[in-house]
Amino acid sequence: MSPERSGPPERVRVTSSRRTAAAATRSRQLASELDEQTELGDVLLDGLRRAQLRLGLTVLALMGLALGGFPVLLALVPSTQTMTLAGIPLPWLVLGGLVYPAAWLLARAYVRQSERIETEFAEVVGEEGRRDG
Amino acid sequence: MGDSLSVVAVALVCVTTVAVGGLGLRLSRRTSDFYVAGRTVSPRLNASAISGEYLSAASFLGVAGLIYDQGVDLLWLPVGYTLGYLVLLVMVAAPMRRSGAYTLPDFAEARLGSVLVRRLAAVLVVAIGWLYLVPQFQGAGLALALVTGAPAWVGAALVAVVVALAVGAGGMRSITFVQAMQYWIKLTCLAVPAFVLLALWARSGGGLPPVTESWWTPFAPRSADDHPVYRTASMMLALCLGTMGLPHVLVRYYTNPDGVAARRTTTSVIALLGLFYLVPPVYAVLGRVHLPSLPPGVRSDTIVLELPERVVSGVSGDVLTAMLAGGAFAALLSTASGLAMSVTGVLHQEFLRPRLSRLTGGDAFGFGGFRLAAVVAVIVPFFVARHVEQIGIATTVGFAFSLAAATFAPLLMLGVWWRRLSRVGAVAGLVVGAVAATSAALTTFVFGPMGGWPGALLANPAAWCTPLAFATTVLVSLATPTSVPRDTARLMVRLHTPERVDLARSRIPE
Repeated sequence: MSPERSGPPERVRVTSSRRTAAAATRSRQLASELDEQTELGDVLLDGLRRAQLRLGLTVLALMGLALGGFPVLLALVPSTQTMTLAGIPLPWLVLGGLVYPAAWLLARAYVRQSERIETEFAEVVGEEGRRDG
Repeated sequence: MGDSLSVVAVALVCVTTVAVGGLGLRLSRRTSDFYVAGRTVSPRLNASAISGEYLSAASFLGVAGLIYDQGVDLLWLPVGYTLGYLVLLVMVAAPMRRSGAYTLPDFAEARLGSVLVRRLAAVLVVAIGWLYLVPQFQGAGLALALVTGAPAWVGAALVAVVVALAVGAGGMRSITFVQAMQYWIKLTCLAVPAFVLLALWARSGGGLPPVTESWWTPFAPRSADDHPVYRTASMMLALCLGTMGLPHVLVRYYTNPDGVAARRTTTSVIALLGLFYLVPPVYAVLGRVHLPSLPPGVRSDTIVLELPERVVSGVSGDVLTAMLAGGAFAALLSTASGLAMSVTGVLHQEFLRPRLSRLTGGDAFGFGGFRLAAVVAVIVPFFVARHVEQIGIATTVGFAFSLAAATFAPLLMLGVWWRRLSRVGAVAGLVVGAVAATSAALTTFVFGPMGGWPGALLANPAAWCTPLAFATTVLVSLATPTSVPRDTARLMVRLHTPERVDLARSRIPE
């Protein structure tokens, strides 16, 4: 940490800790449990499948709630039909514009969450030795 | 003057498509290059390609036209087109890639180990693909006739020839480049004139369009026995679930390097589609400002192409029209080549290759057979488009989505997530869904649009066909536990395990 350095910080190689190194031998066996279709492998995979399914259904439920809820809002509070924001009527603003960034954010959140589930799963059963990250 | 500029724009789009297709020809070496671009396409490129392929003439011209015609309720249409990818993302994107299959029939057979299911899926892929190609050819005729005055068959023939050349020349790899490029062509061609028109509108004071109350009001019935809420809800269901079952969409997922990339690709697709769909409502509203009612003899589908000439006079108006004509043609070409590609793949693999290899006693026929399939895939819908009378583009496209939602959505979603799916259940679901969706559409075609609930249910069948197909699949599967494939567990391991976990036996070598 010399004070005269101004550029971006140097790249640092991040290596795995002893903990994961130890896990690798144990997990090697777990991956083969999965591969060999043992009962343990079945239980492991079922956990992964259920976690992903739950996540997917949650996203669908959120989407359905928003899609179904908007017309309900328009019907229950009629003033929202004619309300304008920046000169644009609310239904046009929501359906013509806001819905797209909302969908994108939801998709990104889903991707992150599902990748986290997979990372945890891979840590438990062990990652492939030949490939990095 | 305006005509010749538009002709130049259309010619430019066609020549570029064939030229980039030729580039792929030099890179295509192995059969897997033809089918799935050697599985080396990056998420960004793939996302552009998927969006470029997906945005057809219905999005480029039709969405603006329908919003112009019917007002705020049709804003749901592009929303549905986009959200279909969200459903696809959370339900099938990564598992589909991990299945290691090339096409939908491949997946069906891998999952259920049944040749019958595979054949059914193949027939459905071809049916949905052709159903979607017919309006593309018709739209090509319309667009070219409008900007140049050429007879309708010229536009259709032009698209057919360009598509057959591009697909037959390089297969999927060339199409990936073509499609990615065409997304950006389409966005530019639609957005630049929109900005010009918006700026002119703002400078002239920005008056509101003189329209009736019902144009602004959500869910205003068009007639006394109209059911706008049901109509919209059923359309949304068809679009949300149908997207995953469109063969030209799913085939792209096989070009991702792995399941994680497949998910990231889909997220980018949602962003790119959202960006594009911000533009059509601008044309609809400005169309109402400058053309309060449709002049006689003008279809609302062509409002996008009509607008610049009405607002900007002289050469600049012609340039804007030429841009839009070129963009519309790019839209037609990209969707048509994507559809032709997946229909070609299935025709080649399912129906042509087995026969050709029997003739030659080996598969020495490889690429020649693929090119023959490309010609067949294009020629059939071309002649159908020439001979059926003009059914509205939106109707045919909507029917393609409903058919996909009622057949492939249950097969894919239950196939990926449900271990007790049986062969008999899958077949029953596919048949019931296909028969229900097809008969609803045929009834509408034969007897014309009906009023009241029967009309609403038949014109928008997805809301009852899809649950029916799901219920059939589930109930029949539960009743026939003996026909659950024995290697379901292994398939589930392959579909859901991340690639970085080493699976020697469950993974298909690539």
